[in-house]
Amino acid sequence: MSPRVKLAVVVVAVLLLATGSLGYVLHSAHRGPQQAAADGSFTLEGPGFYFRDTATGRIARLPLGAPRGARTGGGPVCERFYAAGDTVVCLRRDPGVPPRAYAVILDRRLHEVRRIAVPGIPNRARVSASGRMLSWTVFAVGDSYATTAFSTRTSILDLRTGYLIKSMEEIPLTLGGTRYHAPDVNYWGVTFARDDNRFYATVSTKGRTYLVEGNMADWSAKSLRENAECPSLSPDNTRIAFKKKVSDDPAAPWRLYVLDLTTLGEHPLAERHSVDDQAAWLDDRTVAYALPGRAGRASDVWTVPADGSGAPELAAEGASSPVVVR
Amino acid sequence: MYLATTGRRDAPPPSAAGGPGRRVPATVLALGTVSLVTDVSSEMVTAVLPLYLVVGLGLSPLQFGFLDGLFNGAAAVVRLLGGHAADRGGRHKRVAGLGYALSACSRLGLLLAGGATGQIVAALAVDRVGKGIRTAPRDALITLSSPPHLLGRAFGVHRAMDTTGALLGPLAAFALLWATADAYDAVFVVSFCTGLLGVLLLVLYVPATPAEPSTGRRINPFGALRSTAFRRILCAAALLGAATVGDSFVYLLLQRGLDIPVGWFPLLALGSAAAYLLLAIPAGRIADRVGRRLPFLYGHVALLGVYALLLFPARGPALALVAPVLILLGAFYAATDGVLMALAAPELPEGGRAGGLALLQTAQALTRLLGTAGFGAAWTVWGPGQALWAATAALLVSLAGGWALLPGTPTADPERPTA
Repeated sequence: MSPRVKLAVVVVAVLLLATGSLGYVLHSAHRGPQQAAADGSFTLEGPGFYFRDTATGRIARLPLGAPRGARTGGGPVCERFYAAGDTVVCLRRDPGVPPRAYAVILDRRLHEVRRIAVPGIPNRARVSASGRMLSWTVFAVGDSYATTAFSTRTSILDLRTGYLIKSMEEIPLTLGGTRYHAPDVNYWGVTFARDDNRFYATVSTKGRTYLVEGNMADWSAKSLRENAECPSLSPDNTRIAFKKKVSDDPAAPWRLYVLDLTTLGEHPLAERHSVDDQAAWLDDRTVAYALPGRAGRASDVWTVPADGSGAPELAAEGASSPVVVR
Repeated sequence: MYLATTGRRDAPPPSAAGGPGRRVPATVLALGTVSLVTDVSSEMVTAVLPLYLVVGLGLSPLQFGFLDGLFNGAAAVVRLLGGHAADRGGRHKRVAGLGYALSACSRLGLLLAGGATGQIVAALAVDRVGKGIRTAPRDALITLSSPPHLLGRAFGVHRAMDTTGALLGPLAAFALLWATADAYDAVFVVSFCTGLLGVLLLVLYVPATPAEPSTGRRINPFGALRSTAFRRILCAAALLGAATVGDSFVYLLLQRGLDIPVGWFPLLALGSAAAYLLLAIPAGRIADRVGRRLPFLYGHVALLGVYALLLFPARGPALALVAPVLILLGAFYAATDGVLMALAAPELPEGGRAGGLALLQTAQALTRLLGTAGFGAAWTVWGPGQALWAATAALLVSLAGGWALLPGTPTADPERPTA
């Protein structure tokens, strides 16, 4: 092949491949960048069942006790969301070069209180019942060449003092009664007690996960048991809903359980699907969680009785990050 | 970009045979372009994959972490196979091309997998297999098409172009995501097209190696070990590889020591890649002039400098510590990666070069993994400070060993004694 023919082949190939790529990109770009703030009329002041609408990425509301009621949309854009007391936490990604992510803290009228850059992909968010203590977890990505190893980074913010713990992984940890050190500890899924001091979280190290009880005042954590992820403390602070690893099948590894904190006994909930979510208590009897959606929806929110009885009920189609605000 | 640096007066004199002395051979530039384009393609996917898995598919990425070790082990075996296959009948171009094509097709696999975890893992595995297969034949092609006294520069140019692609890929991917409001499939399609272009450039512009006279003979994949000089290089590379702590630990230590703003964290790897990019060609040229042994060893002295800076962080603004660490880390890669290939290649027979280089790369990769794992264990037992002291001591011992093991390079200017 002469140099001229080679060049012609390359030029034609570049044109073809570029046209194909561009066509595909333009075809996919039908959704333009959108405004991240809420519509002026949407707030969290009224009671309701709030969640993230997966079709729009915005926070939406259903009236309490009327799951088939009319959906009100138009809240802020969030990847993960939670609200309690007078505090709303919204984990948001800003696409761009490079992309950024923020924990945006709002009050219930959706006025921004604080904005904190987070180093990764939003995953979990919680606020204590009083609205004072906040925590969120992101997946941090080691972006070395061709690495798919992930780690989590969990932050805790005391909104009253303004004190921010960027990463809680340095918290002194007691595992099985002995002080434990390891560089590979990862925390995720913090849930706070009513006293704004005690909290629960998952720690993982050496391939195992543990439920830990933490204490803000003396900044320490101790393990309670193994194999309990994404704890969620009930409103009466007596039980923890969590996901338990029950199978090595990567397609369906977890099942929702509830742990009684006084007896440390556990029971499975009626949901038989694998749940990868930090459940949210709607009241002392019911928990809500997201499952992969049906009919092409990204995810749906379901509820199930916390005592293991009954059956799961679909609470909102095309929804994630459920929370009840009263 | 490259041509501006050729033909300088300080270039070494042309070889006695009158070969292309002053220019980097066209084949090396072609391979560099192929690597650049392919790295744009593969780093695009690497950069968005975590987002895709977590945000796009709602998967729990911790499930993917454990596969990494498995992939790394498999990649080592595949690399040896690729090198061996390339040597049999001088099929370097074909084997490398197969590797590039496999990686390009893996993007299509990602696109078609949708949310199916098993298929995603399979596509990632195909990508790694492609990467493992192509590396040694490609490096062997570089050595076979360059005059021995210019090997260092040839590898420097190739690695600089390769790293350029690795820097551009993530930028392209994030720009695409931004423009399309998170259309991950668009990233995969563009990556696939870019990968195909890389394969086409290889097919058109990289000449096949001439058929070896030794084609009929059976090649022993470990035949390279018969050369004493190669054995010494292999041992030195393995020894020094075991004393490296891994980039992620360096970044972690930096981040812990300095409390770097979180927004900076992704920039650390970019910074050291940029330093590598800028230093790769100068390091290769120096290696050609003074012999490749010294840059390789001094590159590890740069790594020692990284450890020292982490042990005794300078007071002052964060940048005052971050910049020197990243520059030294880039210098370490610039002075050791391509230079090691240039050091070893002349000790290998042409018919066994890909296999020999594969053996060397595999040994280095495995001992580096071992070093990283060992550092992690030391951190667990003693804490970060003591672990870093241990790594420093290990590197000092390895350096002494490397100095003793490595032979003077016969390809260096004979009038300039190397040590």
